[in-house]
Amino acid sequence: MKIAVLIKQVPDTWEERRIDAATGLLDRAANDPVVDEITERALELALTVKDRDKSTEIVVVTMGPGEATKAVRKALSMGADSGIHILDDSLAGADLLLTASNLAAALRDIGADLFIAGNESTDGRAGMVPAMVAEHLGLPMLGSLVSAEIGSGKASGERQTEAGSQMVEAALPAMLTITERFPEARFPNFKGIMGAKRKPVATVPARGATPASRSRVLDVTERPPRSAGRKLIDDGSAAAGLVDFLAAQRLI
Amino acid sequence: MSDILVHIELTRSGHVGAAARGLLAAAARLGTPIALTVSDVPLATEAVARLGELGAVRVHAVTSDATQAILATPLVDALGAAVAAYAPAAVLLSGSADGREAAGRLAVRAGGVLLADVVDVAAHDGQIIAEHSVFGGSFTVHAVADGGLPIITVRQGAIDEQAPAAIPELLKADMPAPPGNQAAVLSFSPAPETSARPELRGAATVVSGGRGIGSEANFALVEQLADALGGAVGASRAAVDAGYIAQTAQVGQTGVTVAPQLYIALGISGAIQHRAGMQSSKTIVAINQDEDAPIFEVADLGIVGDVFTVVPQVIELLKNRT
Ligand SMILES: Cc1cc2nc3c(=O)[nH]c(=O)nc-3n(C[C@H](O)[C@H](O)[C@H](O)COP(=O)(O)OP(=O)(O)OC[C@H]3O[C@@H](n4cnc5c(N)ncnc54)[C@H](O)[C@@H]3O)c2cc1C
Repeated sequence: MKIAVLIKQVPDTWEERRIDAATGLLDRAANDPVVDEITERALELALTVKDRDKSTEIVVVTMGPGEATKAVRKALSMGADSGIHILDDSLAGADLLLTASNLAAALRDIGADLFIAGNESTDGRAGMVPAMVAEHLGLPMLGSLVSAEIGSGKASGERQTEAGSQMVEAALPAMLTITERFPEARFPNFKGIMGAKRKPVATVPARGATPASRSRVLDVTERPPRSAGRKLIDDGSAAAGLVDFLAAQRLI
Repeated sequence: MSDILVHIELTRSGHVGAAARGLLAAAARLGTPIALTVSDVPLATEAVARLGELGAVRVHAVTSDATQAILATPLVDALGAAVAAYAPAAVLLSGSADGREAAGRLAVRAGGVLLADVVDVAAHDGQIIAEHSVFGGSFTVHAVADGGLPIITVRQGAIDEQAPAAIPELLKADMPAPPGNQAAVLSFSPAPETSARPELRGAATVVSGGRGIGSEANFALVEQLADALGGAVGASRAAVDAGYIAQTAQVGQTGVTVAPQLYIALGISGAIQHRAGMQSSKTIVAINQDEDAPIFEVADLGIVGDVFTVVPQVIELLKNRT
């Protein structure tokens, strides 16, 4: 089986993230880039398939600036077999449509049986790119999964929505998106890190159709940071202090 | 005025879902709200009436056998047909799992422009302006769709408003099941009804518990305080991962974003990813044993103490007040 995993490099959520007010785009210089945790878990799911069946081939695909190569290398050191990096200056600040059309163009011809992505990224949070890629490729999608079972001709799993949970299934090829309820990804080991250097990474230019229209940012405003208020050390009277505070704020 | 197509999610039993009110109110600000429903049985008369109450000027009710058995595509087909029929000025959907998938697919099919996770909308000089709240509310961004059909997903609970009522015109349509390889729904189990407790999204008061609560049994303490305040129950990711409570209660970066009047954090350290989901709250109260817990940096009132000592006392005092 051939599995394509969509990975994304994002600003580290452990630091304050910023938007450049002038461009309306992510300020990439403000943070260390890391592989989005959910996409690492998506890769982990693919790796568990490969653990069971060594003939499984895993291709990781990303679109991003030059430094996103590091994300691909990390995925290779964890156990993926090859990478595709869509790298093109014309894609800087790409919106959802342009991103999806380019990912789909890169994925169309690789002949994967299964496509796995995170349900949403920690920076954009739109949670739509996998569905859009699925639409471009004419694939069914099992989205927002909290568990998955991958067979040779089909995939199934439990899908969590606001209304409840569904058991869902699709014949392959299909797109799956997983939530952070999936297990954490493994760490690359020394052998993996050394081996990754010899694995192929194809750097490809933009090939997706450029949509006729796009979203445009009008303005960006930053909220002033919150400051700490009063602190009570509990000496037996803190509960009363809390209730008085709520009453004074007219919250009770 | 131009038409605004609004997808209305129905509950399993065919009732109008909770997101409808805010979505129709948003649509009414932009133009004439047309409610689109997709169901396997004809839309009930009372659902049509309810949509009218919430401001729908027309109800476009699609029936399709496939809606319960096939994910997303029946809805995308119905939306595509309605976009062709009405040429609306915008399409509005809830930012739910289903709404997001449908919006993404529709944008590819209909060539629209996505404005995702929107917290507010306005019309200005004939243009639709979407407001986004980014990085846990640290930034407010306004955006427009240049040249294409805006397809807007609205963050759940963000718009608390009701449009003026209308007497809706009802239009019925049938749709065949989509052909080809589809994602099938084998079974469904509804989320447990959370008694009288308010929904986390949009609640005026939220009481959340973290790893410091220690166990699923202890989590009752969080629920008791929430009930004493008439609030909703939230949690940190660590509490969800530890199985104290369902993941739908997770507040934060990868959970629900809340902005209540009052947020109380119990046994939560206040990691940056948790704060991203609650730091826009009007008033924040935190109880934590660790004086240096980062949650205190954003708390209007911080109590350094043991939740198992302080919270029962607070519940007692609240009881005595009434
Ligand atoms: C990509 C990514 C996304 C994430 N998304 C989210 C998210 O959406 N939401 C989220 O919450 N986290 C998220 N996290 C996880 C986040 O980093 C923290 O791990 C998590 O918020 C910690 O939860 P906690 O505060 O309950 O646990 P801890 O950090 O372990 O804190 C427990 C606190 O309880 C206190 N405590 C213990 N016992 C008591 C007692 N008896 N009385 C009073 N206080 C007590 C301790 O002092 C401590 O401060 C994310 C992380 C990543 C990397």
